[in-house]
Amino acid sequence: MHAVVCIKQVPDTSELRINPETGTLVRSGVASIINPHDVHALECALQFKDDHGGSVTVISMGPPSFIQSLRKALSLGADRAILLSDRSMAAADTFATSRVLARAIERINEEIEPVDVVVCGKQTIDGDTAQVGPGVAARLHWPVLTSVIAIQKADFDQKEIIVERKMERQRQVVWSRLPALLTVEKELNTPRYASLPSLMAAAKAEITIWNREDLGLAREEVGLLGSPTIVAKSFVPPVQSRQGRIIDGRTNPEQAVRELVDLLMEEPKFVEAVMAKGKGEG
Amino acid sequence: MANEEQATQGGASQPGAPAQTEEQTAKKERPRKVKGAEWIEGYHGVGVFLEQHNGRIAPVAWELCGVGRRLADKIQGKLYGIICGHNIDDLAQEAIYRGCDEVYVIDSPQLASYRNWAYTEAILPVIDKIKVTIFLLGATSTGRDLAGTVATRLSTGLTADCTQLDVDPETGLLDAIRPAFLEKQLAVILCKKHRPQMATVRPGVMEPAARDTSRQGRIIKETFALGDDDIPMKVLAVHDEGVGSVDLTQADVIVAGGRGLGEPRNFDLVRELADTMGAVIGASRPVVDAGWIGHEHQVGQTGITVRPKVYVAVGISGAIQHLVGMQNSDVIIAINRDPAAPIFAAADFGIVGDLFTILPLLTQALREKLGDRAGGSSSGNDQGQQPVTGGVALG
Repeated sequence: MHAVVCIKQVPDTSELRINPETGTLVRSGVASIINPHDVHALECALQFKDDHGGSVTVISMGPPSFIQSLRKALSLGADRAILLSDRSMAAADTFATSRVLARAIERINEEIEPVDVVVCGKQTIDGDTAQVGPGVAARLHWPVLTSVIAIQKADFDQKEIIVERKMERQRQVVWSRLPALLTVEKELNTPRYASLPSLMAAAKAEITIWNREDLGLAREEVGLLGSPTIVAKSFVPPVQSRQGRIIDGRTNPEQAVRELVDLLMEEPKFVEAVMAKGKGEG
Repeated sequence: MANEEQATQGGASQPGAPAQTEEQTAKKERPRKVKGAEWIEGYHGVGVFLEQHNGRIAPVAWELCGVGRRLADKIQGKLYGIICGHNIDDLAQEAIYRGCDEVYVIDSPQLASYRNWAYTEAILPVIDKIKVTIFLLGATSTGRDLAGTVATRLSTGLTADCTQLDVDPETGLLDAIRPAFLEKQLAVILCKKHRPQMATVRPGVMEPAARDTSRQGRIIKETFALGDDDIPMKVLAVHDEGVGSVDLTQADVIVAGGRGLGEPRNFDLVRELADTMGAVIGASRPVVDAGWIGHEHQVGQTGITVRPKVYVAVGISGAIQHLVGMQNSDVIIAINRDPAAPIFAAADFGIVGDLFTILPLLTQALREKLGDRAGGSSSGNDQGQQPVTGGVALG
C-alpha cells in the first residue's frame, strides 16, 4: 500500500483578526498549522499503513516555511515528505494548484513507488473551495470520492475500496476502483499524537524539495500565470442598513415587548410567516 | 484555496472594467467586441446544472435558474438547464417553467444515483456542444464535487461558493463574488481568458426563480454512452438522512442565539421562542466554536447563508460574517443589551435590553397571540387549525 497525502499549511484561524481600520487581515504573529481537514487525511493514510503495511508520502505546495508542516506529518508517521516549491508557483488558483499536485503524484507514481490512493482534506479553512481534490483526480483520470466519513473496506491487492460519503441529506456507500482520490471529513477519524522520539527524528529528517523544473512544468502552467481565475479585488462587504424601529427596553421591558409585538402584528410578512402557519419543527 | 493568497499579495489586475467611452454611447446593439476584448467568440448564454436526487430537485437548482436567467438576459443569451438522472422528465418541464429556454436531459439508469465519474462524462459533451459562456452549479456537496472535475476537464476557471454574481453585458465577463478570509471579506474573481466561466453558488442566497407555467421551451434528450463496466465507481447504497437534520437554508423562521446568552444552557430561552414561532434554531459562529450548539446551526459559515421570512437575533452583536449570512432575511428582529451593537443597524425591529427578561416576555406574548388566533377561528378551516400546532408546540 502506498498512499499520498496532500496537505496545506494555513494560518490558525482561531488567532486571525481583522484590522478594524483597514479592513484587512492581520497575519503577522499568527501561528501556522496543518489545515485541520488534512490532519484527518493523514490519519486516514496512516491507518491504511497500520492495517495493510506500506508507506505514506506527504506532499505540499508552498513556500519553504511549509516544511514545518511536513515535519509534523513525518512525526505523526509519514515515511517521506516532498515540498513542491518555486517562486513561480505563488498565487496559484485551484486549477494551477491541482496541476502541480497531480504532476508531483505522477512523478511519485512513476519514480518512487506506484500510488494506490491519494488522500486530501475535504477543503482548506483559508480557501474553503473543496475544488483541489476533484481537480487532482480529474487530471490523474482517477475516480474521486469526496466527503468520506467512513472506510468500509480497502483492498489494495484487489485494488478496490468501499467508502461512505456524506451529502446534504444523504449518505452514499460507494465502491471504487483503485487508485482513487479521497477527500475526507473530520468525522472520519481521530488523529493521533506524535511521540517525543518521532518528533525529534522528524526535526532532523530530510525533506525533498521539487521545484517547477523538477516537475517538468512550464512557467505559464503554474502560479498566477497558470491560473485561469484571478482575484480582481476584495472588500469588506457593505451591510445593508435598515431603518429599523429599535425600542429601548432597558427601563420598562414589559412595555417594550408589548410595543414590539404590536409592531410585528402590523408587519404582513411576520404575520404570514409566524402567525398564519407556525408549524413546529424546531 | 489559493485565491486568498492572491488577494493578500494584491497580485491581481484590475477588474475587467469595460471600455466605457464611445462604444457605449454609440451603440444600441450589444457590441460583440470592445477594447481589451474579454468577449470570447463562439460562446454564448448561461448553463445551470439542475441537481436532483431521486427525482427530487435540490432547492439550489431553482435559485440557479433565477440568477442564471438574470445573467442570460443581461448578455442577451439563452438559459440552458442541464439535468442528469433517471426518470426525470417532469423536472425538465419544471425547469422551463423556472426560466430555462432549453433543457438538456441526460437520462440513464447509470445516472440514477450521483457518482462523479458518470456525471462528469455525461455533462462534458453537452457543455462542449452548447458552448455556454457561463456555467453555474450549486455549492452543495454534489455541485462542488462535480464542478471540480468538470472545470479541470474543460481547462477553465472555477470559483467556489459565490454569494453574488454579475455579468458585464459588453464583455460577457462574470463577476464571481465570494466570501474570503473567513467570510470577513468578499473577493471579486474573474476568469478572463477561458470559457465557460464556471462558478458554484452558495445555496439559499439567490432568489429562486418564479414558476410560470405559460413559459415555453425546448427539451433536448441526450444519450449517455457509458455502460457499467466503463465506470470505475458504483453506488452500493443510499441512506436518507432528511428527517431530523437542521436545514437553515430552507427555514421560514429562524431564531438565532449568540454570545449574549452567556452560557450554553440559556439556549433554552431561544428554544422556547423558536418552538413558539415554529422556527429553526440558528447560532453565531462564536457559540458554535465554543461548542454550545452543533455546527449545522451556524449562520454565516461557509455554505450557510440564510434568507428566511423572519430572523430573530438574540444576544448576537452582529459580526460582519453573521450580518452577511442573514441580511437578506425579509424581517429581522434583534434583541441585544448593547444599543451600539451592529445588529441593530441591520434590523427592522429591535429591543435594547436584557434578553433574560425580554425573551420570556416575548415568548409569552407571542404564544398568547397565537392562542387568540387558534381560538378565534375554531370553525375548522385550515387557516385556523395550523396555528394550534404552533401554539402548543412547546407543550
